[in-house]
Amino acid sequence: MSEEYAVPAVKYSMEHAEFIRKERMARNAVRISRIIILTAIFALWELAANLKWIDPFIMSQPSRVLKTIVSLSKDGSLFVHTGVTIYETIIGFLSGTILGTLIAIVLWWSDFTARVLDPYLVVLNALPKTALGPIILVWVGGTTGSIIVMALLLSIIVTILNIYQSFKDCDEDKIKLLKTFGATKTQILRKVVLPSSIPDMISTLKINVGLSLVGVIVGEFLVSKAGLGYLIIYGGQVFKMDLVMTSVIILGVAAALMYLTVAWIEKKFIKMR
Amino acid sequence: MDKVVELKNVTMNYHTLDGETQAIKNLSLDIRKGEFVSIVGPSGCGKSTLLSLISGLIKPSSGEILVDNEPVTGPSPNVGYMPQRDHLFEWRTILKNTTIGLEIQNKMNRESLKNAERLLDEYGLGDFKNYYPKQLSGGMRQRAALIRTLAANPEILLLDEPFSALDYQTRLAISEEIWLIIKKEEKTAVLVTHDIAEAVSMSDRVIVLTQRPAEVKSEHNIDLTTGKCKTPINCREAPEFRVYFNKIWKELDVHV
Repeated sequence: MSEEYAVPAVKYSMEHAEFIRKERMARNAVRISRIIILTAIFALWELAANLKWIDPFIMSQPSRVLKTIVSLSKDGSLFVHTGVTIYETIIGFLSGTILGTLIAIVLWWSDFTARVLDPYLVVLNALPKTALGPIILVWVGGTTGSIIVMALLLSIIVTILNIYQSFKDCDEDKIKLLKTFGATKTQILRKVVLPSSIPDMISTLKINVGLSLVGVIVGEFLVSKAGLGYLIIYGGQVFKMDLVMTSVIILGVAAALMYLTVAWIEKKFIKMR
Repeated sequence: MDKVVELKNVTMNYHTLDGETQAIKNLSLDIRKGEFVSIVGPSGCGKSTLLSLISGLIKPSSGEILVDNEPVTGPSPNVGYMPQRDHLFEWRTILKNTTIGLEIQNKMNRESLKNAERLLDEYGLGDFKNYYPKQLSGGMRQRAALIRTLAANPEILLLDEPFSALDYQTRLAISEEIWLIIKKEEKTAVLVTHDIAEAVSMSDRVIVLTQRPAEVKSEHNIDLTTGKCKTPINCREAPEFRVYFNKIWKELDVHV
């Protein structure tokens, strides 16, 4: 084995140590600034409410949010509603990604189909899918089904367009290479087109987490049975702004966690290669 | 000697909505068994088209192409193709890359796998068979690409400017290595290149093509006197090398 693949001996010069130190300091400065901003917003919010600059009944305040979280945790409803929203989102974006990929495969397989369907996909992509909410509610009914269909609808069109583009961007010369070995279309799909699209599929997954969550929340607004979307709309209707703010904050945390999970999977996957 | 590839009056036209381009016109040539033939020509003259035709990826507009005296109807396991860049699949290990042809031709068995491993061992990649392509140098990757072609055990190798993506030093070294491998495995080779020195040093015969539409302009049987083994690098030192080089250079008639 040649030397260039060996790990170099760990012995840094003073200059390098200085470089590392500066790099670390810059990174810490960013981190600390982020924390300061978050703390400042919550502190100012609390202070403003306490000093009656703002009306806590309308604007709520961090201590009230905390109280709401505690009381909702006690009867377990917080976990039920958060769980429902996360569950619906996961089902929505997984089915959106899988179905979208399957349709993209059909489009890749038949250029004729792709060319025929192109204008329809463009219009469907431009159409705000949330406008279809009431129709879905009537057709599917006021159940979890409606919410998942909503989440699916939001993510599927983008998935089809992204994955199909990724299939088309597959290196022609790589396909040509397989053809010289006498590869069939199925073999080309399995051996080169799909594996080379996996990074794009994962980045589509990342987009879909966000889109499906929009679908789920809109669905929960309409169906109004359970979930964070339901808590938000219910809180708004009975004027419990503490409940609305709490739900929004928890929704933000849940969204971030789901996104980070996909990002983590992506990192694992890239490392594996 | 037996003819393994025969092109008879081959014409190839490309069609687009804007019009029609004649890439190859009435071209005839033969490749004999065990020969190393280079095809040189001005850039864009249809050299690569010629290889696509022989490999059966595209059909000629008219004329006939025979491989082993059989008309070409599609890709044949007797013909191996090596592209310009290595095109190793970055998600596969080197070993898995070299067996892709076997997988596609459903020829994966213990024997063929062993043969692929033998080729890797013999040509200095044995220690790297579980590495991923990005961990290898350009020259090593190109060698792996050749082994991928050889693992499917073709009789004829079509080399489509296989060294053009490499830097000059690597290029000299790898063309020497690949020449040795091809000779050792006793394959017939057709090399398309725009590098005259590469063509003269590696080949038994050099075919010069005209501007598009490509026709055969001339053929040169390369006969170099070297005291040592006739490897490409030794051939570059032969006294006749310069003569062939100049002759072909003039025939290419390059105007900038």
